[in-house]
Amino acid sequence: MATEFHNLQELRHSASLANKVFIQRDYTDGTVCKFQTKFPSELDSRIERTLFEDTVKTLNTYYAEAEKIGGQSYIEGCLACLTVYLIFLCIETRYEKVLKKISRYIQEQNEKVYAPRGLLITDPIERGMRVIEISVYEDRGSSGSSSGSSTTSSSGR
Amino acid sequence: MKNREYQQIDPQALATPTPTPPPRSLPEHKPRRARRKWEVFPGKNRFYCDGRIIVARQSGVLPLTLGLILLTSGLFFIFDCPFLVKHLTSCIPAIGGVLFVFVIISLLQTSFTDPGILPRATPEEAADIEKQIDNPTGSSSSYRPPPRTKEVVINQQVVKLKYCFTCKIFRPPRTSHCSLCDNCVERFDHHCPWVGNCVGKRNYRFFYTFIVSLSFLTAFIFGCVTTHLALRSQGGNGLVNALQSSPASALELVVCFFSVWSILGLSGFHTYLVAANLTTNEDIKGSWSGKSGNEDVGNPYSYNSMIKNCCSVLCGPMPPSLIDRRGFVPSDDSVQTSPVEIELPAAKNDINMEKDCLDFALSCAS
Repeated sequence: MATEFHNLQELRHSASLANKVFIQRDYTDGTVCKFQTKFPSELDSRIERTLFEDTVKTLNTYYAEAEKIGGQSYIEGCLACLTVYLIFLCIETRYEKVLKKISRYIQEQNEKVYAPRGLLITDPIERGMRVIEISVYEDRGSSGSSSGSSTTSSSGR
Repeated sequence: MKNREYQQIDPQALATPTPTPPPRSLPEHKPRRARRKWEVFPGKNRFYCDGRIIVARQSGVLPLTLGLILLTSGLFFIFDCPFLVKHLTSCIPAIGGVLFVFVIISLLQTSFTDPGILPRATPEEAADIEKQIDNPTGSSSSYRPPPRTKEVVINQQVVKLKYCFTCKIFRPPRTSHCSLCDNCVERFDHHCPWVGNCVGKRNYRFFYTFIVSLSFLTAFIFGCVTTHLALRSQGGNGLVNALQSSPASALELVVCFFSVWSILGLSGFHTYLVAANLTTNEDIKGSWSGKSGNEDVGNPYSYNSMIKNCCSVLCGPMPPSLIDRRGFVPSDDSVQTSPVEIELPAAKNDINMEKDCLDFALSCAS
């Protein structure tokens, strides 16, 4: 059912975008950045539940680490206050360092797990940290019936 | 059988789709240079230095604020400091200088920093949200549907998330839409005309530093000018003569006297807000004070410790700007996907041939 793709390049050239699935934010812990781990039904036939949940949980852990209020953030904050926040123009904050780690992680996940299953994750920072956008690709060679059935199943929810 | 369908429809139109997409895309891309995202930003903001600096469309009274501070401080350093250095100590201009630098830099940072603007939803996101909301009167597009809300429980408190019709998103908690800037701003405090920008999550600490250092500066100048005039009038000349010999001091006295009360009051108010982890918006609306009669209401974002609240608001990690002003607008992927859409109707079975013809004609015309 899931078409085998070899790598990201082949995915973009030989596949067509069928659908986009959005994982929304989970606000039960307040305003911290956290995404819902609920498995969307559109991905039921495309990827195993555990793999998807692992990815979202790891992303949530990274964001929690970036926003953690602890020793290092206090030092950074106090130093910034003393220099009238001019230090933000010179050094890379901890948040920015973690964001780079996140984008490397997403790239790695796309290459190893998601592209072979015809899926692609967009970094949440490109969507204003509101959603994790997962693009679902269909192989161009396959008939349109499989994409048609996925759209009817989502509208029938 | 499928090939026969193509010939019945129009072999000319069918022969053209596959070769046309590349030449069709070229004329669109050739004259267009790569644009930065700030150039196509939908909100009412102005950008300078190729997107590095962001301000609200109406700069409000920022020039007045800057002018008053520069004028008063300038007069202080030129007319009062020489006398005070001679008669008291040279620490006075040093302290004044440090405070002045703090005030100006934090003011500029408050005005020119992105306050925490949330970018608007992409069309696919907006469509996805629309699908999830039940709209019984879906046929009438002119009638604006009732406000959509979503409820979420934060820290045993029910919080309502409202849908923003302009940005097409459900606003995260503590986010509000500023009508002056036409943007949703995270942890929206207020739109300050004195700094000419919204005060939100990313620039609240700059704003707080600004008002606290400004209150110290105005109090310091007020005290120094009073001391200056007192010392001058002690020489047996009287206050009137002292004022005549240093008229600039009179002006500084007036400006500082009127501003010190309001600035000190504002600093005190914001210190209370920081200690309680509240925003001006929430305080004014009485969201957590139980004004609506509900006794069970409390601030779900507060850590219930003043020190921890202060630390989290002022010393917390600095979140990144979400609007990516200097990034480049991506070249449209939709141009590449449209030729595939032309092929899909042809792959369907031959029952709705007329519908296929219409779809096909429309996609060729687009």
